[in-house]
Amino acid sequence: MAILTVQNLTKRFGGLVALNRLSLEVEERAIHSIIGPNGSGKTTFFNCVTGFYKPEEGEIIFQGVPINGLTPDQINRLGIARTYQNIRLFANMTALENVLVGMHPRLKSTWVGAVLNTPYTQEEEKQAVKRAQEILHFVGLKGKGDFLARNLPYGDQRRLEVARALASSPKLLLLDEPMAGMNPRETMEMMSLIRRLRDELGITIILIEHQMRAVMGISERVTVLDYGEKIAEGTPQEIQNNPRVIEAYLGTSKAVADVTR
Amino acid sequence: MGASGAQRTPLRQAVQIGLIFGVVGVYLSLVGMVETFHGRAVIAGVISLGQALLLLTGLGAGFVVARRIPKDRPWHSVAYGALAGSLAGLVLFTLPLLGNFVHLRSMFVNASPTLFELLTFGRGLVRGGLLLLVVGAFLGMSSVLILRIPRRILRPVGVGVTTIFLVSLFQEQLEIMLAGPEAIEEIRRFLFDVRGLTIPGASFLLVVTAVGNALWTKYRESIRQRANQLPAAGQKSLRALLLVAGILLVLILPIVTGSFFAQVLVFVGLYTLMGFGLNVDLGFAGLFDLGFVAFFAIGAYTAALLTSQGPLGIAHISFWGAIPIVVLMSLLAGVMLGVPVLGIRGDYLAIATLGFGEIIRLLVLSDFLRPWLGGSQGILEIPKPMIFGFELATPQQIFYVTVIFCVVVAYIAWRLRDSRIGRAWIAIREDEDVAAAMGINLINAKLLAFGIGASFAGVAGAIFASMVGSVFPHSFNLFISINVLALLIVGGLGSLPGVVVGSLALIGLPELLREFSEFRLLVYGAALVAMMLLRPEGLWPEPVRRRELREFEPGVQPVAEEALAGTKGQVEVERL
Amino acid sequence: MIAIQRIWWQRLSFVNLFLWAFRIAVIVVVIWGTAGTLMAGKYQREHWIFFTVFGLAQGGIYALIALGYTMVYGILRMINFAHGEVFMSGAYTAYFAAAALYNSGYLNRHPLISFLILLSIAMSVSMGVAVLLERIAYRPLRYAPRLVPLITAIGASFFLQYTFRGLYGSGFKAYPEFDVLKGDWIIFGVPVLRTQVLVLVASVLMMVGLYTFVMRTKIGTAMRAVSEDMDAAALMGVNVDRVIAITFAVGGAMAGAAGVLYAMVFKQVHFFMGFVPGIKAFTSAVLGGIGNIPGAMLGGMFLGLIESIGPALILDGLGIVAPYQLKDVIAFTMLVMVLIFRPSGILGERLAVKKA
Repeated sequence: MAILTVQNLTKRFGGLVALNRLSLEVEERAIHSIIGPNGSGKTTFFNCVTGFYKPEEGEIIFQGVPINGLTPDQINRLGIARTYQNIRLFANMTALENVLVGMHPRLKSTWVGAVLNTPYTQEEEKQAVKRAQEILHFVGLKGKGDFLARNLPYGDQRRLEVARALASSPKLLLLDEPMAGMNPRETMEMMSLIRRLRDELGITIILIEHQMRAVMGISERVTVLDYGEKIAEGTPQEIQNNPRVIEAYLGTSKAVADVTR
Repeated sequence: MGASGAQRTPLRQAVQIGLIFGVVGVYLSLVGMVETFHGRAVIAGVISLGQALLLLTGLGAGFVVARRIPKDRPWHSVAYGALAGSLAGLVLFTLPLLGNFVHLRSMFVNASPTLFELLTFGRGLVRGGLLLLVVGAFLGMSSVLILRIPRRILRPVGVGVTTIFLVSLFQEQLEIMLAGPEAIEEIRRFLFDVRGLTIPGASFLLVVTAVGNALWTKYRESIRQRANQLPAAGQKSLRALLLVAGILLVLILPIVTGSFFAQVLVFVGLYTLMGFGLNVDLGFAGLFDLGFVAFFAIGAYTAALLTSQGPLGIAHISFWGAIPIVVLMSLLAGVMLGVPVLGIRGDYLAIATLGFGEIIRLLVLSDFLRPWLGGSQGILEIPKPMIFGFELATPQQIFYVTVIFCVVVAYIAWRLRDSRIGRAWIAIREDEDVAAAMGINLINAKLLAFGIGASFAGVAGAIFASMVGSVFPHSFNLFISINVLALLIVGGLGSLPGVVVGSLALIGLPELLREFSEFRLLVYGAALVAMMLLRPEGLWPEPVRRRELREFEPGVQPVAEEALAGTKGQVEVERL
Repeated sequence: MIAIQRIWWQRLSFVNLFLWAFRIAVIVVVIWGTAGTLMAGKYQREHWIFFTVFGLAQGGIYALIALGYTMVYGILRMINFAHGEVFMSGAYTAYFAAAALYNSGYLNRHPLISFLILLSIAMSVSMGVAVLLERIAYRPLRYAPRLVPLITAIGASFFLQYTFRGLYGSGFKAYPEFDVLKGDWIIFGVPVLRTQVLVLVASVLMMVGLYTFVMRTKIGTAMRAVSEDMDAAALMGVNVDRVIAITFAVGGAMAGAAGVLYAMVFKQVHFFMGFVPGIKAFTSAVLGGIGNIPGAMLGGMFLGLIESIGPALILDGLGIVAPYQLKDVIAFTMLVMVLIFRPSGILGERLAVKKA
């Protein structure tokens, strides 16, 4: 069954059409990759799904509920979380606090409870910290909870972004180039983390990634975008042999750089 | 200009620094600081505050020279220091020289004969000018030399000199405190002349504080260690003891120091309340409210309308009865003014709120609302707070009321910061878009921040109204917003102890220095710029952050090395 | 398309409702007041013309100051909060020249030359203050988070105010009047204050000059390039530091000129005189679309008109006592409303697109 269905999604910026009548289905518990040359509309797609951009046309349905028009925080509460291409952590908060912020919508204590320091708030806070530690442990950041996010090494910052997204217990996780700028070992670790997210936690994953080896290695399904349009979709094998994909990647000089990178 | 810094020769640098500091000296003189502060003696008959200001300018030139010029040839930098100092003196000398031929005073109100006399040491133009050059050179030279003195000597002496300055600044208050039995009178007479410290008094202070500081530096570590070695219970009781001592000090302070001092402390307290409020907005949630005075005004006017015995009073209830309504009203006002500006970010938000603040002030001032709010005549006959039929009228009593509210508000702010809501605010401050994507409802979180911040300021307004006994629109101008902003920045944005430190430094000190009042906003402005340029985290940043930053430093090495080693190994494996 | 429109009411949150209520309330107040005033017929045609000319003259001054805000914002994306003080510094310093010229009788013997002398003094002082401000306070913070330069600018603003208070004293100083400019000229059968004509003509000339400078000269081109993309301009060999300094200098000079004109209209100077015109000029800049030079000019004129006509047209009709006391309330309400409803300004904005 499809967890996310997108129909005829169109997003324009002035005269530029960033997404052109895009339709897409993502199966539950899938690892679904979206690839395409720079500027082909991948991140725009994420921004539409998470409610940052209001698309001009089209319908986004998550678990049978239309979500276009909802605000980003409402969409997050429904169970969609994301990471960012250029890391956007809360730089001056500790790693643990970053995860706790991610947990925000799942907690219930109010400001009055916080001021009065009610037993409920205390208990909830204790549980939250415990769970945050577990999540940090899960992504491989055990014992680094007290570091300020900006002081973490690059690879750890990427993991922390995943941990923060995980904290809201999402059903669908959108990962925007989680392996960008990573060395081969870190890439391998990230790939196995992504697999564990799906296998152990049952989270559906949509992945934007440029590292083709990683994409082909872990995805069940791949969608290729070019100039905001879907030009191909299928299993990794099908995509690798698709002439339109090869043309899109090799046809422009910009795309050549992406592939050879 | 900055890029060519590497090529500049020491000579050019020294000349440049000398000229800059000379201009600073001229500025201080023309803006009136030197002459005004000349009225305050530091040590009677030896040096005044105004002279000290000029001395510091000369010393400053030397310091900068010593910092900038390479230390490999020690005697050269002494010469350059002397050059810079004398140049600064030369620039300063142009002022009396010019004043001798042109009537400067028709333009610069402070270019008075007294100033010129001060600048030329009262010895006429030629001899005074030469003296100025010599003194400048001496100062520039000596500050270069001072930097050579080992720290363990320099620091105690520095502390001693600072103490002399502070004691002389607070002479009046200290003298009031020392008035009493004959034995104490004796101390007072030993320390103070009519104006300024006596020479023996100053030397005594210097020696005592310098020796004390040296001893403290020497034994600090062992004392701390011994305290740490105490059993847990002992440490706990030690901490409790310190806390009780601190509380007692705060409680006794206004009684010992008299009502003027208490009055000053009340102002410090009111600004602390407002500071906590703006800290919720700006420090936590990153919402720059430049019209913050509006909530102070709303609190004051609400309290005034509710409690006033005059014709404009509508309820005639007591101060304590009015407080909950004040809190509610200012909270509502915060939310109401917050709703329209929800979508505005950063710098635009500051200007929009500034606009709101001014609109409210102008409306209150206008004849249009006069039948209800009294226009420029304000609202009068506001009663003092009562407790069990006892009127809290003196500044000391109001001080205790203020302290109680400060403690409550500080507690609330502290609880909120470390809660789920506080984290949400800080997340919004750090990155609004991401915070929303993490499921934080921006509208609710921002409105809550606006409301809570406003309610703190409202309480301050109510106390203010009750203390003064009347409210006028003129009391609620933009400067209050600026003061609160300045004290937050100086103390450290987002830091709770920083609010207290900031208001003590920016509100307390100037109230005590009456001569200072006309330069107050000048110094605030300079402080804002200087803090942003040199120390954006403030004087007292959040302790948590400080600890983290410090603890991180030693830890960084192994992590980085490990990562590096890992990368290297990996790359090699890949190549194979 | 249809899908989105079907659910528009679902997105109508209470914030939107509040804002719509606010909009409607403002519109109702404006219409109600206008209708009331026009029906009462208290003001004659001459009054309206007087208000208009006054507003345009005032608006010309706002526009000149607004240019500085808009150019600096266009390049650095920062609100130069101290720009009002740059304006004050020129006007205040030129006062001493004006007083000296007046006392010697030169002012009225050669009014045109005197006016040019005052203008050049004010422009160079303001220019110097603006350049120093940029060099000392803003340049080190060019890449800091946005609130940091704003706080610095607020600090600099008060520092400058109280510096000039210390230097020149705290009282109001009466600006000497030009005899030539006393009284009215009859233009199209309507008497118009001579000062206002001068102010209007001078400010329009200045603005045309500035526009030509920015659009036609090499430096102007460099300025536009830096405001489009600072890094790219630097790579193309533009000396960014120098261009920014020149931007501040030109903005400062315009503010200095505005200072002299302002002093001639209001006939006095004071160390705090920069604050309110500064805020209003900023409002003008935002009204016209900040970063947009013709926009700043139009915005200034528009604000001047609204402020001058508004109290009589809108507030009087509502039966408000002494509506002119609320002149500034109208300006500040404009400011708040523009920031809330149309931060990209009336003319729309180039910057908004780029920031998205």
